[in-house]
Amino acid sequence: MLTVEGLRSRYGRIEVLHGIDLEVQSGEIVTVVGANGAGKTTLLRCLSGVQPVSSGTITFRGEALVPVPAYRRLARGLAQSPEGRQIFTNLTVEENLRLGAFLFADDRVEKDMDDAFRMFPVLKEKRNLAAGGLSGGQQQMLAMARALMGRPSCLLLDEPSMGLAPIIVAQIFEVVKGIRDLGVTTLLVEQNAFGALKIADRGYVMETGHITMSGGAEELIADPRIREAYLGI
Amino acid sequence: MKMTPKTATLLVLAALIALTPFFFPSGYYYRVGALLFVNGIAVTGMVILTGYAGQISLGHAGFAGIGAYACALAPVHWGLHPALAVILGAAISAILAFLVGRPILRLKGYYLGVATLGLGILVAMVLNNERQLTGGPDGMAVPELGLRALLKGWGLTLSNGEFWYFFCGLVLLVGAWLALNLYASPTGRALRALHGSEVAARTVGIDVARLKLQAFVISAVYASVSGSLLALQNKFVTPDVAGFMHSIEMVTMAVLGGVGSVLGAIFGAGILTLLPQVLTVFAEYEQMVLGLVMVLVMIFLREGLLPSVLRKFRGKDE
Repeated sequence: MLTVEGLRSRYGRIEVLHGIDLEVQSGEIVTVVGANGAGKTTLLRCLSGVQPVSSGTITFRGEALVPVPAYRRLARGLAQSPEGRQIFTNLTVEENLRLGAFLFADDRVEKDMDDAFRMFPVLKEKRNLAAGGLSGGQQQMLAMARALMGRPSCLLLDEPSMGLAPIIVAQIFEVVKGIRDLGVTTLLVEQNAFGALKIADRGYVMETGHITMSGGAEELIADPRIREAYLGI
Repeated sequence: MKMTPKTATLLVLAALIALTPFFFPSGYYYRVGALLFVNGIAVTGMVILTGYAGQISLGHAGFAGIGAYACALAPVHWGLHPALAVILGAAISAILAFLVGRPILRLKGYYLGVATLGLGILVAMVLNNERQLTGGPDGMAVPELGLRALLKGWGLTLSNGEFWYFFCGLVLLVGAWLALNLYASPTGRALRALHGSEVAARTVGIDVARLKLQAFVISAVYASVSGSLLALQNKFVTPDVAGFMHSIEMVTMAVLGGVGSVLGAIFGAGILTLLPQVLTVFAEYEQMVLGLVMVLVMIFLREGLLPSVLRKFRGKDE
């Protein structure tokens, strides 16, 4: 569904992605784990189109994605829940969700919103409140719900566990697992390697702009190098 | 009964426009009121640009200048009816905003401020220097709109002051109604979204550049219409209408009153229109008092006067 080949990207003169190859098959949860500064977020920003690509290709459902501007990528089926959640804090929860469905003006928007509220009941309680007043975990749920309102076939999740309490993190990962049942493919970028690998089908390990390891998620969890470097076991 | 904020705003505005004349000590206040409404129209445009979309312009007086001079020039040179000249001015402003807006709106923060500032100054310079056409700094006469005579023919006799008061009030109401409708529409929601986070706005499929441009063009039309009405009621126009001070005034009024809300911004326009009238006694200190008011509001009431005061009244329920 999503293929990345030889992807390079730079901030000014400093290259931060030195040729990334990765692949996501339809229906999978694939995770990219790695330490802070490994380039995970830059990779996702390239995929969503807000970061320029200096060379390499991204192919999404058989189409070259690089020339497609960021705001057109959702219409192709690629949604992103950006790092730091980036919800619209000055708007209400409901307005945030409606913006997720900005591209659509049909009856399905209401149905999708009901689905979102079923998936995240807490959002329903707070639907008319300013989104900035939600707790961190609720904001993360809102960000994911908003991304799903765009009817994606593939969802890019950037650090959904960032800055959240462990008990909330577990909840968030449960939700990510649930997204697969909606028929949405997920590319999950995480620092929390253990949590991410536990719910993923496959994983890639990223270090300073390279993919250093890849394989089945269970395999990676069992790998002694990973256990030492990322899982602290 | 629960009213939507939109209906409430429009009702308050309509009531104020209709009822305040009963308290006017003299006919002069119609003139002040009409000026207030003209400023209110320009400021409503700023609410759309700055309050909804989060973009700043320090050059919107340039569009007011275009609207004003369209009403002065088009009737004289092309024999266009002044009412059509208002529309012509708005169209020219919209086209200019469209052409200039694309490159300018790529800028952010103070870069955008300075670029728009340059735009406003350019328009003012053209008006100042094209003497044969515009009369330069001396200004030029503007023909009668003719609507008052028409109303008289229908049996509705209004003094000049009364006519402009109610006419500008009506235009302001329509402008506010349009702005409030925009607020609640998907486009308005998208504008407020890009104000919050441009990155997130892109990820939900919003064409950020196009939307900013739309807001810029719409607000330019508001400024243009405001300039036209000012010129038509003064029956005279000078390049000051496009001047830097006028641009600053528009931003100041909006920010002072509360740039996030239509009623707040109009309230700000009201204060900055009325204050100089009150301060005529100590005219020399007028600028100083205005400056002081601005500084105090920015320090203590960041959201602007009206929203802050309303919040105090309601308590901290939001």
